[in-house]
Amino acid sequence: MINKFRDSVDEVLADIPDGATIMIGGFGLAGQPIDLINGLLRRNLTGLTIVNNNAGNTDEGLALLVKSGAVRKVICSFPRQVDSWHFDKKYHAGEIELELVPQGNLAERIRAAGAGIGAFYTPSGYGTTLADGKETRTIEGRDYVLEYPIRADFALIKAHKADRWGNLLYRKTSRNFGPIMAMAATTTIVQVPFLAELGDLDPENIVTPGIFVDRVVQVDSTNPKEHS
Amino acid sequence: MSIGHRHPEKLTRAQMAERVASDVPAGAVVNLGIGIPTQVSNYLNPEHEIILHTENGMLGMGPEAHGDDVDVDLLNAGKLPVTEAPGCSYFHHADSFAIMRGGHLDIAVLGAFQVSQKGDLANWHTGEPDAIPAVGGAMDLAVGAKDVFVIMELMTKAGASKLVPELTYPVTGLGCVTRVYTELAIFDLDRSGNVRVTETYGGVSVADLCDMTHLDLIDATE
Repeated sequence: MINKFRDSVDEVLADIPDGATIMIGGFGLAGQPIDLINGLLRRNLTGLTIVNNNAGNTDEGLALLVKSGAVRKVICSFPRQVDSWHFDKKYHAGEIELELVPQGNLAERIRAAGAGIGAFYTPSGYGTTLADGKETRTIEGRDYVLEYPIRADFALIKAHKADRWGNLLYRKTSRNFGPIMAMAATTTIVQVPFLAELGDLDPENIVTPGIFVDRVVQVDSTNPKEHS
Repeated sequence: MSIGHRHPEKLTRAQMAERVASDVPAGAVVNLGIGIPTQVSNYLNPEHEIILHTENGMLGMGPEAHGDDVDVDLLNAGKLPVTEAPGCSYFHHADSFAIMRGGHLDIAVLGAFQVSQKGDLANWHTGEPDAIPAVGGAMDLAVGAKDVFVIMELMTKAGASKLVPELTYPVTGLGCVTRVYTELAIFDLDRSGNVRVTETYGGVSVADLCDMTHLDLIDATE
């Protein structure tokens, strides 16, 4: 019997090694796998590369992971915000590496990794400092930059509902990076507030098929709007 | 507000947003950037069924949510809680940026530090050496939308024009801006560098604007 349900956050994160590349889903609070991030913090790892849209906000989640010194490098599109003080401090101290990627290129590079694409030409970033040193090409009169996939050892994402095969439903804009990160990582770990019996999810509505998911752990939602 | 060609009063920021809204055709798919561009939504005619795109993964975004309507799973690109408009849809980030890059988005309305006469846009980085760079979706919006409308003050506080012959700020996208709305004038741009002044505000003449911008502007106010 295939059963990707696991009993605890600590169990699903137990084999993540120092130096791993980890994708973390979420855009703002929507889709942020906060319990998995907090579990990662408890592991006291070092040398991590984190792929996320941001670099941590306020005094929680990814910001605390950055503060703890666990993170060697961040690949993201928007690190600097009014409440990104932990990243700002590490960056100015030269204690963290930043690879800044336009948000659409970030998404497409993640998608490309999951889809087996070797590299792709994109117009986003052409002529800017973020394309410095990269190959360019003019195709049918339009200028493009060559971008490579971003792969990860692990992806930590949040979904709304899962069955034991790992089929996932999301909720509203919390979907964001979840489906593409699930495809791009060797091991995808999902937290969901709701578990479903196999066969109870409408196959027409499944957004991430279970083939892209390895482990599912149930954690209650703190969002009062998120009910089954 | 009447839409003529020469107006005695300067536009306020809210009026600039209102003026942009009046140029958005019914049924258009539009992405509004953070800041003044967001205010454009206040002036869109609901009967026109203009579809708002938010790059974190939604078409058909409704107004900001307040009180009991707040749902942290439903945010806009500025991470503020919003609502659903009837007919809305959700999708993942790669599809959301395919909507821009693939040429499906009709209009992006953005702020800017500078715009060049050929439509080059600078709006992501001041270029200060110790500033932490952050780009978000700015570059993707710039190259992807069929039309990029910029709302900005024409003059800096120091009295320099932000519509310039060549950018001195870091580039966001080349040749992408098609129209610039300012407190003193509206400018239509093309990639060959012809800048047409279509409306003026605050009693300035096109000759005044040529002096202010150091550009050879075309008078299209008649």
